[in-house]
Order: sequence, then structure tokens, then C-alpha cells
Amino acid sequence: MVSNTAAKLTLKAENVSVYYGPTLAVREVYLDIPRNQIVALVGPSGCGKSTILRCFNRLNDLIPGARVEGQIHFDGRDICDPRVDPVELRRRVGMVFQKPNPFPKSIYENIAFGARINGYQGDMDELIERSLKGAALWDEVKDKLKESGLSLSGGQQQRLCIARAIAIEPEVILMDEPCSALDPISTHKIEELMHDLKKRYTLVIVTHNMQQASRVSDRTAFFNAKETAQGGKLGYLVEYDSTQRIFSDPKEETTRDYVSGRFG
Amino acid sequence: MTAELPGDIAPGSWHPNRDRARQVQTAVKVVCGTFAAVSILTTLGIVATLIFETIEFLQAVSLWQFLTDTKWTPLFASKQFGIFVLVSATVTISVISVLVALPLGLLAAICLSEYATPRVRRILKPVLEILAGIPTVVYGYFALLTVTPVLKTFIPELGRFNALSASLVLGIMITPMVASLSEDAISAVPRSLKDGAYALGSTKHETILSVVLPAALSGIVASLILAVSRAIGETMIVTLAAGANPTLGFNPLVPVMTMTAFIVQVSLGDAAVGTLEYKTIFAVGMTLFIMTLTLNGFSFWFVCRFREKYE
Repeated sequence: MVSNTAAKLTLKAENVSVYYGPTLAVREVYLDIPRNQIVALVGPSGCGKSTILRCFNRLNDLIPGARVEGQIHFDGRDICDPRVDPVELRRRVGMVFQKPNPFPKSIYENIAFGARINGYQGDMDELIERSLKGAALWDEVKDKLKESGLSLSGGQQQRLCIARAIAIEPEVILMDEPCSALDPISTHKIEELMHDLKKRYTLVIVTHNMQQASRVSDRTAFFNAKETAQGGKLGYLVEYDSTQRIFSDPKEETTRDYVSGRFG
Repeated sequence: MTAELPGDIAPGSWHPNRDRARQVQTAVKVVCGTFAAVSILTTLGIVATLIFETIEFLQAVSLWQFLTDTKWTPLFASKQFGIFVLVSATVTISVISVLVALPLGLLAAICLSEYATPRVRRILKPVLEILAGIPTVVYGYFALLTVTPVLKTFIPELGRFNALSASLVLGIMITPMVASLSEDAISAVPRSLKDGAYALGSTKHETILSVVLPAALSGIVASLILAVSRAIGETMIVTLAAGANPTLGFNPLVPVMTMTAFIVQVSLGDAAVGTLEYKTIFAVGMTLFIMTLTLNGFSFWFVCRFREKYE
């Protein structure tokens, strides 16, 4: 059972709304993310689940005109506060993207890059090995660390990106549809990896795949979108509960329809 | 539902004229092919002329002389044909101009693509492109009448004609080219790659230096090589500002004569068709052509070898 005491929470979003320019994109989201659990954000396209995910590491800062209202508590601070340095935050909240995006560098340098810019002083070879083992990629690449990261298969590239993220020892890992570009076997490997990762990290994943959400996550947040008068879409959180509850006995009718595949 | 399906139209309404369509198709192919062939034939014609005249030149002057003489005096009584005298001037001027254009162009490109707000970019980019539209003869007089006198206040021993002022102005002339092409290369770096770097906690300059520039490297090098080719072939600025004094060496403070300046000198003079003087300009042109061809070949190879492929 999930306890709601603050000590076990890693992230707590309170009344978060995101605007792109003058347009409200997602409104009034409340989410408690417990430590060492996997929280899945699901919902139809345009419901704002990726937008909310990108609030947790302030990646929306990079989009001109994007604005976040509300509060997100992380380690006793509100990370939406402009005084919080996003660079420092992103070291503690890592991210894996929808499409594998290794840097055009060697496998070794892909991981060493993050460590170097964050001032890692220890044994680099050891860190690389540990990170690659943590991402279940070491055995496949240990003999070709000097080869380009782009020479790997899609699934391997994605695990390289996970290795790159865990190399800087974050507390939270955000994953934005990490398996949507991968085949079923690679997807299976990454899902197994998520189970291992949650022992050390807190994971928040966005997924389109209902089976994936039910297989890997502890808690599930269902987002939906409605058409606005201007013809855009406004996302909102419908329901947030334990995954088991969301998939078997949700409170809302739309949640039941969505998770059973009746729309979306 | 009573949607009008295509089947509802009377079958007799269709009369496709397949023969006519085929004829038009063929005609279009022939017209396009002809125009494409014109440019290819022109190139082949130029190359053929260069080769034939150069062969005739080499029958009068040995290749060994051409490559090893230390003086270039084809218009004097005691003729010497050391092409490296002209090559050294061209190389000096090109190298200095690239040393000017690389930092200016690359920094302008980084500024435009990564730091400038859309408003600033909308104003700055056209201004930069105006630089590319200034006639080279204007640049030439600017070098001769403005830059040289200013340089002379710092370097009194500078000649009235000198390689330095020509190369500085030439560098400014090719800067927009480097900036514009590098900016294209930098903007083509996928957003996902930058997001990846930011998500690891890198700052803006770390992202640019360690991820964006390496990813755009092949495009940046290609832009630079195109600019060098342009500098090597540039004629007006060097003719006006660098002088007409064939000097072997890499001293930018003295008057020099580049390959292009020599071709201008002979073309403006009264060298009769078929004389040795006349043939020298083809030999010099051939050398110029080989140099730019080699550079472009290298650029092509470099881009193929180092271009990163993103899906």
C-alpha cells in the first residue's frame, strides 16, 4: 500500500497548469509520485501527459513561450520557482526520450559526457561499466565502447540512453514513451530493466501502451483532453490511483472506457 | 446513407487520351534532358579547352620547369614559369581570409541559430546576406582605399599594394557564406539531440560545444571549403588591392600576384592567340581548377564520411 506521508514522496505536483503562449494546454494537475515506484501517465494524444512529464525536469523551459503555473515539490523545494537552477535540477531528475537520441559520439563518450559536465572526478571506466551494466547493455557492447553510439540497434540505443541517464546518479528518471519506437523484444528488455531500476530510482513513464502501463507501473494517472472553443485541446487529469485499481475498478466511466480500449 | 460513389457516374463519360499523355511525357523528358545536358556540355567544354591548351603549354615549357622555377616572368625576355610563385600568393591570401571568415562566420552562425531571438534573427540574417550581395569590385576599392591606409598607420612598412589588406577584405566577403551555410548545418541538428544534452544537466554553452557543433561538423567543414574555393577563385579584390608583382613566399605585407590576377593581366594585355603568353593563362587556369576540384572533392568525401544520419 502506498502511504501518503511526505517522507515517502519524491515529487508532488500541486495545481500545475501549463500554457503555450496564451493557450492553456494542461490544467490543474495534482500528482503525488512516491519514492521507488513506477508511475505511468496514460491517455489519448494531446492530453498533456508528456507536457506534465517535462515539467518535472523543467524541459519546457526550452520551448519559447511555454509557462508553468502551480507548484512541484521536490526535496523540499518548489522546482517551478525561477530561482531553482534547471541545470542542477536536471542532474537529479534524468530523462529518457521517445526516440533514442544518443549523441554522435562513441558509446563510451555518450556516457562520459554527462559525468564530465557534472564534475565527476572518479574512475571513468568504472562508471561507464557500472552504468552500462545497470542498463543491461554491458555484455553487448563491452568490446566496442569506441564505436559510435549510432551504430547500435534501436533497442540498444535506447538502453544506451538509459545508461547515460543513470550514469549521473539521478533520483528520478522520466521516460517519455521509451518503447514506442522499439520492437517487442527490445520493449520487453526495457520493461524488465524498469523493474530493476525502481529499486534505486523513482520512475515516471508516459506510455501509449495500456498493457505496458499495467505490466510495469505501480500507480497510473489517466489524462484526457477536451476540445476548446479555439479548436485546440486542453488536457486534464481524470483519475490517479493504484494501477490495479485503474485497470480493474476505476471511479470514472471515461477511465474504464479508455483502459479497456473503447476509445483513444 | 446515399453517398455518391464513383460507380454512379455513367460509364461512357471517361475518355482518357493516353497517347497524348505519353507524347507530352516524352516531350517534357527531352526538353528537361536538353537543358540539363547544356550545363554538363559547357563544363566538359571548359575542361577540354583547359586540358588541350595546357598540353600545348607543357610542350613548350617542361612540367619540371613549371613546378620548380622560382620566378614567374612569362612576359619578360628571360622567361621563367615557376607556378608556385603565383600559388604561394593565392595560398597566403586564402589562408588569411579563412582565418578571418572562420571565427566571424561560425560565431555569427552560432549566435543566429542558438542565441538570437526570432526577432533579432529576422533582422540580422538579411543584413548578413546583403554583405554577400556587394559587388566584389566595391570590396576591392574598399581594400585599396580604406583598409590599406588604416593598416598603414599600424604597419608603416606596408606596401601600397599588399596581400594583407586584400585577404582581410576577402575574408569579410566570404564570411556571409560561411555564416549562412554553417547556420543551416547547426539548425539541422535535431532538437531531440539538444534536449538529450539539456536533460543530462548541461548548460547552453556545453550543449553547443559538445553536442551541437560536433553534430554539425560536416556541414561546417563543407561551408568552409566552399568558402576557400571561393577565395582561391576570387579575382577582383586581389587584382585591385594585392598588386601585380609575382613574389615567391608567404609574406602578406608585400605586393603579390595571385593566379587569378595574372590571368586578368594577360587577358587585358595584347597577348596574341596561340603565343606562349596566351597559353600560360590556360596552364594557370588549369592549376586553379585542379586546386578547387581537389578541395571540393575533399569536401564531398568529408561530408559523406562524417555526416551523422538521423532518422
